[in-house]
Amino acid sequence: MFHSVFEGFETFLFVPNHTSKSGVHIHDSVDSKRTMTVVILALLPALLFGMYNIGYQHNLAIGMDPGFIMTFVFGFLAVLPKIIVSYVVGLGIEFAIAQVKGHEIQEGFLVSGILIPLIVPIDTPLWMIAVATAFAVVFAKEVFGGTGYNIFNVALVTRAFLFFAYPAAMSGDKVFVRTGDTFGLGSGNVVDAFSGATPLGQIATSTTAEPHMTDILGNAISSMDMFIGLIPGSIGETSTLAILIGAAILIFTGIGSWKTMLSVFVGGGAMAALFNVFGTTAAMNVSPLDHLLLGGFAFGAVFMATDPVTSARTETGKYIYGFLIGVMAIFIRVLNPGYPEGMMLAILLLNAFAPLIDFYVVDSNVKRRLKRAIK
Amino acid sequence: MANVIKIKKGLDINLKGKASEVLLTGGKSNSYAIIPDHFNGVFPKVVAKVGDKVKAGSVLIIDKNRPEIKFVSPVSGEVTAVNRGEKRKLLSIVVTPDAQIEYEEFGKKNVASLNAEAIKESILQAGIWPFIKQRPYDIVASPSDSPRDIFVSSFFSAPLAPNFDFILKGQEADFQTGLDALAKLTSGKVYMGVRKGSSVVAKNVEVIEIEGPHPAGNVGVQINNVKPVNKGEVVWTVLPTDVILIGRLFNKGIADFTRLVAITGSETTERGYVKAIAGCTIESIVGNKILSNNHIRIISGNVLVGTKVSKTDYLGSYDNQITVIPEGDDNDEFFGWATPGLDKFSASRTYFSWLLGGKNKEYVIDARIRGGKRAMIMSNEYDKVFPMDILPEYLLKAIIAFDIDKMENLGIYEVAPEDFALCEFVDTSKIEIQKIVREGLDMLHKEMI
Repeated sequence: MFHSVFEGFETFLFVPNHTSKSGVHIHDSVDSKRTMTVVILALLPALLFGMYNIGYQHNLAIGMDPGFIMTFVFGFLAVLPKIIVSYVVGLGIEFAIAQVKGHEIQEGFLVSGILIPLIVPIDTPLWMIAVATAFAVVFAKEVFGGTGYNIFNVALVTRAFLFFAYPAAMSGDKVFVRTGDTFGLGSGNVVDAFSGATPLGQIATSTTAEPHMTDILGNAISSMDMFIGLIPGSIGETSTLAILIGAAILIFTGIGSWKTMLSVFVGGGAMAALFNVFGTTAAMNVSPLDHLLLGGFAFGAVFMATDPVTSARTETGKYIYGFLIGVMAIFIRVLNPGYPEGMMLAILLLNAFAPLIDFYVVDSNVKRRLKRAIK
Repeated sequence: MANVIKIKKGLDINLKGKASEVLLTGGKSNSYAIIPDHFNGVFPKVVAKVGDKVKAGSVLIIDKNRPEIKFVSPVSGEVTAVNRGEKRKLLSIVVTPDAQIEYEEFGKKNVASLNAEAIKESILQAGIWPFIKQRPYDIVASPSDSPRDIFVSSFFSAPLAPNFDFILKGQEADFQTGLDALAKLTSGKVYMGVRKGSSVVAKNVEVIEIEGPHPAGNVGVQINNVKPVNKGEVVWTVLPTDVILIGRLFNKGIADFTRLVAITGSETTERGYVKAIAGCTIESIVGNKILSNNHIRIISGNVLVGTKVSKTDYLGSYDNQITVIPEGDDNDEFFGWATPGLDKFSASRTYFSWLLGGKNKEYVIDARIRGGKRAMIMSNEYDKVFPMDILPEYLLKAIIAFDIDKMENLGIYEVAPEDFALCEFVDTSKIEIQKIVREGLDMLHKEMI
C-alpha cells in the first residue's frame, strides 16, 4: 500500500542507495530531481520580483506607499494561495496516478506547479486555477504516459485552458492589478487616473498608429521600465531582468538550451523589425526591443520554449524551433486583435511541430549516412 | 605524416586511484576458467571432459556455428569442472594448473612469408581468434569474412585505464608482428589510433593521431571519425594488448596469454600492474592489495564497461584492468539533491563541485545510481559525450522500438555498447543504455542470419 508515496518521500529525503546492476558502475550525481530543483531556483528571481510587483502595482492603484516590506508581503500573500492550489491539485493527481500505475512519483510537476502561478493574472480565481491544472495534468501529461512523454508544455496547456474557458478572467484591464485587499491587507480606494490595462492590452486597443504605452496611472513608460518590470502583467512575466537572471542560471548549469532562447529572441526581433517596415497599426510600430521586453515573451523564451520534453530535441532543430516561436509570437501578437499576447499560442503551436522539425534534422543525418555508403 | 583527429565531445572522469607504473607481485592463480559469456556472438560447445589433461593451447570449447573458432586452455593442467546453468547453458570451464606450464607447440612462423589463409589458420588453431572482434554487432569476427579494414586503438582513455605505453615496454617486437599479421588479413588497411604524445610506434599501419577526452580511445569512435562502417561492410577491431598475443604466437610458436593487469581504484592499498594469465581468478591478482570490507565493488575492467565480480570470479577475457570502488550501499545521504554538493562529480554544473579543485581534482565515486529511472527528459545530454556522426538519442529510441530500418539508417552497424557508456554515465534519467544497445545488437544479429 502506498509504496509510491513512501518511496517518493524516501528518495526526497535521502539519496537512493540502490547501486548499479548493469552497465556503468558509476553515475553522474545529477538526476531529474536535481534538474528540476535548479529550474525552480532559476524561477525564483522572477517569482520574488513578481510578488513585489503585485504589491507595487496595488499600491500605485490605491495611491499608498506602505514601504518595501509591506509591499512585498502584500504580493507574497496574494501569490501564495495560487502556488499552493497549483501544487496541491497537480501533485495530488500525480501521487494518485503514480500509485495506481505503481511507478515512482515523477518530479516533472515540481516545475509546472510553480510555472502555473507565474503565468496567470493576479486576480484569476483559485478555483479556475485548480480546474485548469487538473485538466492539464490529466489530459496534457498523464494520458500520454507522464513526465517525459507529453507533447505540450503542461503549464501552457493550463494557461490555454484558462484563456479559452474563462477569457474574461484572463485578459482585459480588470485582472492584472489587484485593486481589492488581500486577507484584509492593503484595502483602499482606487485613484482616479487608474487604468489596469497592460502595455500590450493598450496597444491592442489603440486607435492610433503610434504605440503609446503607459503605466497604470497613465505615465508613459520607457524600454527601461519594461526591462525592470514594474508594469502590470501576469505575475512572473513582467521583469525581463529577473527572467534573464534565471536564464543565466539555466544556461550555466547546462539545463536550459541557449540555442533555443537565443533563437526565440532573434526570431521575435526579426519579425518585429519586419512589421516596423509596414507600420500601419500601433502594434506594428512597437520597436523590436520593446516587443521582446513586453508581455510573456522573455518568460516564454527562457522557461517555456526550453522545456526539453516538448521542445525540439536535436541541436539544429532547436534553432529552427526557437526562431519560429519568436516569429509566430510576434505575428499573433501584432495581427490578431483577439489575442493581445501571442507567446503562449506560439509555443504550443511549435510544440506540435517540434517532432516534425526533429524528423527533418534526423533525416538529414540519415541521408548523409546513405550518401557516404554510395560514394 | 600521421593524420590528426581532434575529438571535442566526451568527458574525462578524473577518479582517484590511478595505477603507478610498477610491477607488483601476484598473478599465481589456483584455477583458470574460460567463460563463453565474455565473447559475444558465440554459441559454445564443450569439447573437453572433466579429468582431461590439457596443455596451454589445447582446445576446450568451439563455436557451434563456426567450429573453426576455438577457445583454448590458457595453462596446462587438468579440466576440473564444466559449469552449466539453466537449460544447460555453459557458464564456465575450469582448469586447475600444473606447477610448470607446458605449451602446445604451434611452431614459430615468419609472418612475411605467410598468406592470409595461413595466418588465419594459425590464429584460429591457437585459440587467439576470439580476441578479434568485428563491427557490425561487436561480436567475435567470422574467419570467413574479409574485412574492409582493421582498426586498433593503441590507447585506453576510460577512467583509470591502464597505460598501454607502459604495457608495451619489452613487447614491441610481438606488437609489430601482430600488426603485420593483421595487415595480411585485410585487403584494406590496418589503422592504428595513437594518443598524441604517446611513445607507441609501429610500421606497416596507417597511424592516426588522436587528441581529446574519453571516448577518444574507443576504437568505435576512431572508426567513425576515420572511415565509418556502412551497411554491408565489415571491419575488425583488436585491442592493442591482444595484438601482442597474436605477435607472440608467431614469434614464439605458443599460445601464451600472459598479460599485464592494472590494479586501480580508490579502495585499493597498492596500485600497479600485475603479470597474470588470462582466465585467472580475481583473487590471484588483487590478493591483499584491496581494502577488506563489505562495501566495496570489484570490477573486472573499467568503471564504465567492466563487470562486477567477486574475488572468486575470473578476470574478463578482454580486460587489462581491475577497478575497486566503494559500493556506497551503506551511504544514506540526507537531502542529497538539495545540497550544494561541493564534492559531487557531475558533467553538468548543477552541483557546485566545479567551484573547487579545478580540473585536476580527483573524485571518489561509488556505485550508487543516484536517482530514479525516468523517461528521457533532457535533450543533448548524450550528444555532448558522443563524438560520432550519429544521433545517439534517436538510435537508442529506434533500438528500444526495434525498428530495423531506422536502426540501420541511424548507424547501428557502427556502434558497440561501450560507445554509449558515457551517455549512460551522464544520463539524468538513469536509463540502462549499454544493456539496451547490447540487446539490440544481439537481436538484430539474430534477425540477420
